[in-house]
Amino acid sequence: MLKHKDLTGLYGLAAEEIDGILREGADMKRLLKEGGKSLPYLRDRSATILFYENSTRTRSSFELAAKYMGAKVVNISSSSSSVQKGETLVDTGKTLDAMKNDFIIMRHPMGGAPALLGKTVKAHVVNAGDGMNEHPTQALLDMLTMRERFGSLEGLTVAILGDIRHSRVAKSNLFGLKKMGADVRLFAPRTLMPAGLDKMGATVCSSREEAVEGADVVMGLRIQLERQQGGNFPSLGEYAKFYGINEEVMKYAKKGALVMHPGPVNRGVELTSGLIDGETSRIEDQVLSGVAVRMAVLALMVREEG
Amino acid sequence: MAVFKNGTVLAGGKFVKADIRTEHGKIAEIGNIGGDGIDLNGLTVLPGLIDMHVHLREPGFERKEDIESGSRAAVRGGFTQVCCMPNTKPAVDNKVVVSYIKTRAREVGLCKIHPVGAITEGQEGKNLSAVGGMKSAGIVALSEDGKSVVNTKLMANAMLYAWDFGLKCLCHCEDASLVDGGVVNEGCSSTLAGLKGSIRAAEDIIIAREICLSESLGVPVHICHVSTYSGVQLIREAKARGVQVTAETCPHYFTLTDEIIRSFDANTKVNPPLREERDRLAIIAGLKDGTIDCIVTDHAPHHEDDKRVEYDLAAFGISGLETSFALSYTALVKSGELTLPELVQKMSKAPAQILGLDGGELAVGAPADFTAVDLDAQWTVDPAQFVSKGKNTPFAGRKVFGKIKLTVVDGDIKYEEKTL
Repeated sequence: MLKHKDLTGLYGLAAEEIDGILREGADMKRLLKEGGKSLPYLRDRSATILFYENSTRTRSSFELAAKYMGAKVVNISSSSSSVQKGETLVDTGKTLDAMKNDFIIMRHPMGGAPALLGKTVKAHVVNAGDGMNEHPTQALLDMLTMRERFGSLEGLTVAILGDIRHSRVAKSNLFGLKKMGADVRLFAPRTLMPAGLDKMGATVCSSREEAVEGADVVMGLRIQLERQQGGNFPSLGEYAKFYGINEEVMKYAKKGALVMHPGPVNRGVELTSGLIDGETSRIEDQVLSGVAVRMAVLALMVREEG
Repeated sequence: MAVFKNGTVLAGGKFVKADIRTEHGKIAEIGNIGGDGIDLNGLTVLPGLIDMHVHLREPGFERKEDIESGSRAAVRGGFTQVCCMPNTKPAVDNKVVVSYIKTRAREVGLCKIHPVGAITEGQEGKNLSAVGGMKSAGIVALSEDGKSVVNTKLMANAMLYAWDFGLKCLCHCEDASLVDGGVVNEGCSSTLAGLKGSIRAAEDIIIAREICLSESLGVPVHICHVSTYSGVQLIREAKARGVQVTAETCPHYFTLTDEIIRSFDANTKVNPPLREERDRLAIIAGLKDGTIDCIVTDHAPHHEDDKRVEYDLAAFGISGLETSFALSYTALVKSGELTLPELVQKMSKAPAQILGLDGGELAVGAPADFTAVDLDAQWTVDPAQFVSKGKNTPFAGRKVFGKIKLTVVDGDIKYEEKTL
């Protein structure tokens, strides 16, 4: 079902490939709920998790996904600054390849790094987030979460609000959701909205209310404080007041609309605590979906080898 | 003395089937000479091309290019004169470095090399370089290439002081605070690739500033590698009201758009960045109506190691000397945008006039600098064939017309295509 050696993004995937991962992910999620933590799919496999950016949830999610299926897992943490010093990515990749890694799961601060690595190594490269480019497994887990609630993604309206400019999550979701027949609305301060998203099929909105009106899913994106130098907005307080998602804004959404967030959440900034902890919040469920879709991706890559 | 026979010679704006006799490095005769000689039948003989914006990397970055390899690339591209930019190590900011380059150029002895001096010492944007001393040693212009002089007062002084010595400032236009680490044009493609973009205004603001300075101060200025439609318009309007501004662009700005950055191929990374279709079309329009005076390569050779890294970390630049004529001929003349004499003018006489160099035309008494081209030859760009050390080109695999067969400098053959 996965026709590529690597998973660098959803932009290049066909709808049936995404559908295949989501089906497999749903199965994995069921197995996880039943307590399945020693599945055999990666018993003779090894994976290196190579992160050039800090992460807790994505890293542990990938690590558990691989381990639940029996893979040997090595973790390499490297700071963002080390990208510019020392060994080149191409050389690092060759080294990891020589160690017979089956998978290299990489997070990197620069767009396109997984594509470069994938061209260099025999191992499957799985993109765990590259700069402002893509974060495919995050979008897959979001889609799995939505599909479980609504049965299908076809015809859904998904509103994504927050720092769209720096968000690989928004882009992967846009690419994936459009392929699966959903409508995607985006809203951000003008300083945090990049060019051209309308040409990629998104509806770029001019207010929170317009974005959320009639939406089935409302997703907040993390405001990454380290990326807000240089006056993108005056303060977190002002962001929360004019751009955050609160109960008033949610009134415009469909009744029972899901509240989602890729985490970690800045409580009271992107979303109010009431919404985060509310009945329609799927933020915790997203985490379980994350382990499941990552298992699905790794297992499918092995299965495709034949 | 040598005779080059039976070529179709571009002289005085017309093509004539003629022989060229050279003597003491000059053209002694153009016409029906007869007798023995080098046969150029079937080839078009053009004035030696002049590239007023190249990077030869020596001294300091010989791993990327040196004066010899760069000169070989130049004559292979039909160029008989090039102007090399000062961002070497050490920078060209004093007469010693200028003399070194001139000496190396003479030793190599392939094409004429004219150093361009840095505007400020070490290109640090603080103190004016030794302009007069460098002029005595042979610089033909000043440039802070690779960046703009941030301090506007210093830039104003540089333009004035340079003009005392008959030197123009060649301005790389880039507001660094606005670029803010951007590596590509900001637009649909940068969003799609997730690469940090830089908006047109980052270039336009400094183009506008240099035009304002030139107009206020009454001294000429030259704008380097224009890439934006809005920059073209700023220059067009300035020229219309009599500002002494000239401008250049590069083949990649009228042949490529930023759509190709999605490949993450770092050979597409160049500064200013590849822009959008409306920019590409405006550059062509600017070349047609004379807003853009000349075509340069901004030949920026790099080692493979500088490009085979993450896009953000890769060096900016394209190795351009060996593809410039063919790309320009194919994109502008074959497509009917310019006539061949118009193109050649932009690649020889125009830069010569901007900088006050000898050359750019084939006439009796002129330096015997010319190149013979097979205009009908179609070939495929293959960086492995480049004689430049820099194999970095986004044009690999592209089919182009116009093959340089022979290049003559001061009457001597400096390049002749090997026939296999």
